Amino acid sequence: MEMPAPNPQIIAQKARIVKRLRAALPEGAVIDAEAEVRAYECDALTAYSCPPLAVVLPGTTEDVAKALRICHEAGVPVVPRGAGTSLAGGALPTADSVILGVARMSQVLETDYDNRFIRVQTGRTNLSVTGAVEEAGFFYAPDPSSQLACAIAGNIAMNSGGAHCLKYGVTTNNLLGVTMVTMEGEVIEIGGAHMDAAGLDLLGLICGSEGQLGVVTEATLRILPKPEGARPVLVGFDSNEVAGQCVSDIIKAGLLPVAIEFMDRPCIRATEAFAKAGYPDCEALLIIEVEGSDAEIDAQLARIVEIAERHDPVEIRESGSAEESAKIWLGRKSAFGAMGQINDYMCLDGTIPVSALPHVLRRIGEMSKDYGLDVGNVFHAGDGNMHPLILFDANKPGDLEKCEAFGADILRLCVEVGGCLTGEHGVGIEKRDLMGHQYAPEDLEIQMAVKDVFDPGWLLNPAKVFPLAATGARREAAV
Amino acid sequence: MTQAARPQSEAELAEIVAGSNGPLRIAGGGTRRSGGAGAALTTRGLSGVTLHEPGALTLVARAGTPLAEVERVLASEGQRLAFEPMDHRGLLGTKGAPTIGGAVAANVSGPRRVVVGAARDFLLGVRFVDGQGRILKNGGRVMKNVTGYDLVKLMAGSWGTLGVITEVSLKVLPAPEVTGTLLIEGLSDADAVRAMAAALGSPFEVTGAAHLPGDAPLTLLRIEGMEASVAYRAEALCGVLSEFGVSRVETDPEAGAALWRAVRDVEAFHGRDGHVWRLSVKPSEAPELVARLGAEAVIYDWGGGLVWALAAPGVDVRAAMAGTKGHATLIRGEGPPMFHPEPAPIARISEGLRAAFDPRGVFNPGLMG
Repeated sequence: MEMPAPNPQIIAQKARIVKRLRAALPEGAVIDAEAEVRAYECDALTAYSCPPLAVVLPGTTEDVAKALRICHEAGVPVVPRGAGTSLAGGALPTADSVILGVARMSQVLETDYDNRFIRVQTGRTNLSVTGAVEEAGFFYAPDPSSQLACAIAGNIAMNSGGAHCLKYGVTTNNLLGVTMVTMEGEVIEIGGAHMDAAGLDLLGLICGSEGQLGVVTEATLRILPKPEGARPVLVGFDSNEVAGQCVSDIIKAGLLPVAIEFMDRPCIRATEAFAKAGYPDCEALLIIEVEGSDAEIDAQLARIVEIAERHDPVEIRESGSAEESAKIWLGRKSAFGAMGQINDYMCLDGTIPVSALPHVLRRIGEMSKDYGLDVGNVFHAGDGNMHPLILFDANKPGDLEKCEAFGADILRLCVEVGGCLTGEHGVGIEKRDLMGHQYAPEDLEIQMAVKDVFDPGWLLNPAKVFPLAATGARREAAV
Repeated sequence: MTQAARPQSEAELAEIVAGSNGPLRIAGGGTRRSGGAGAALTTRGLSGVTLHEPGALTLVARAGTPLAEVERVLASEGQRLAFEPMDHRGLLGTKGAPTIGGAVAANVSGPRRVVVGAARDFLLGVRFVDGQGRILKNGGRVMKNVTGYDLVKLMAGSWGTLGVITEVSLKVLPAPEVTGTLLIEGLSDADAVRAMAAALGSPFEVTGAAHLPGDAPLTLLRIEGMEASVAYRAEALCGVLSEFGVSRVETDPEAGAALWRAVRDVEAFHGRDGHVWRLSVKPSEAPELVARLGAEAVIYDWGGGLVWALAAPGVDVRAAMAGTKGHATLIRGEGPPMFHPEPAPIARISEGLRAAFDPRGVFNPGLMG
């Protein structure tokens, strides 16, 4: 992935810029030593890295505003960073940029159970938001796989999802308000404990804007009462098509499971070797979880089993206890680790209409043979969000490039069948240059015009989301 | 008044916009408020459900498709629009047929919004014509999509000021087998909001929480789902709400539907004079706000988060909200601006966005600011 050449004038001014930041911010908030800034040279897309000019770690919204004002005046690009878990390179710096990290801003500012919200600083991790309210019987619904580490700031930037979106929606459906600092250093409040926007829905626009419109420092999040219980059923099938049809039939029957997870044979084999969850030896399996009281769960599972039985399943394993549930989830939760043990892998994130599932899986299988690279599929089937894992060897020259070309082909296929390039990871740098496959030039132009409104100088995370060729004129005009 | 322009295709609509010399008043079925001045342009000619995939919970329809038709198509497969769009005709005294494009453009929701979300939360994709007559798209027809900026949310609730929506993709949900409504009589506003908070904070999946004050105050709590499940949760909720005393549980489908339709469409205000305000506030602050509002009548929905107020034209509802976060929209009446004035930095961004989408300022000028 190409990144724009750094601006030598900014690099030449490093000492002056760092001095100004140090003067404005508390001690220890500015990092510029070469060895220390290296810790911020990449995010979870580790194939790409570049040490930033400097790193700023403010503790308050006001300090974020001060840092942004200085960078704005000096014309320094700013790359906002949550916990650095982006799989799309959303927090990848350039040599002339300042990383603005919110990791030190992790406080809970307010919990309100009567009105069902929590207000936090956005450096707080996703799982610790639930941690702050679970004793009172509540939880925060969006649950990306990285929830132990990922920050709310990044969740908002990427509009993160998770396994339970079918019922609870993604970040944007659970976000009530933000405090955001603009590139000019102005602090603005959007939304709050009330519902719906007073005018244009700026909250909906900011969520998922990949840190290009402002730096979100505080968030008001909707919390939900924890269900009485949840239990899954595991169903094995001897073809991907039949498993896909079963998903569709369950949804058509009016059932709304909280999660429907899908794994194909390569993935099942890898996880069995790794986690020994005792999964059946079959082509595809589904894990379908429902919620409610014990009796409600039994009734829903009975209906799901009845539908599954019409599809000649290889095996049906209904959980009757917490241990059985844990065992069913064990393999799914170890899937990424299991694949990683075999080889390096690239995780894709396209979404497709559920009806296109069998076709897309068949085509991925064919392409896998053509490219000579193995691929395992594990994904959220209820909402069509696929996560093909392409295995490659990072030490073998040319393998990464081959893997990226294969990945791009899969994403183009997702768009062709009516889906999209990314369901929950974001565009970042990874899918930036594929955007033209999903959107016409004028569709991208109106999105870039939105950035012009918030950040006319194109200083915030400038080399992400849009094809570099499309943003060149804007980025250069800013310099 | 001259006949409204009624293009039969997206391309024709784009040509009309590109060729317009003055302001355009954008409307769907004409049942809700629209821009004041300008040549009328309706999307009613763009009609029809183009895709319904029940197994994927998705529906795509042209903007001018009557809501009733969308609901009929969904019902044939046991599905529905979960955000429960309000019908404004009774309240505004308008005629015509509400359209799906209008419901989305005005982000119209109903009682279920408190739990499942608003129209904007179910909107997966849009096609629209911008102020220069360009045909644009954003989002798609899949439930999880973070490819580029979410202009879908921005278009929902933009009241035709950013573009004319020509097609919408929506997430739909299964309709429940049965519905039960718990009725509590005689609660004060403050107690009702407490009762609704207790119900909404329970694990029993309440999908509606409204309070109708007056001489015989009535608080309504809705549960939906499989038959045995609704029976179980109704009983469990009676326990949670024992301090408030549930009088009975309405399980008759038609009687229950009528109760919630009355809340959704604010039937208590039909045929009564005065301004109609829609206040979005933090639920626990609603009773005190209502006490100082000087309204003739109110209805609480969304557990208190939505207050409908009927007030004499001179009553300054927004002044009464000072110190309360939230906003008030003037749904019926003349005088004050329809939308709550925004703080300067927000107003500046909104103005910038309108200029980016509609540089000539032709769409519903003045409606949103």
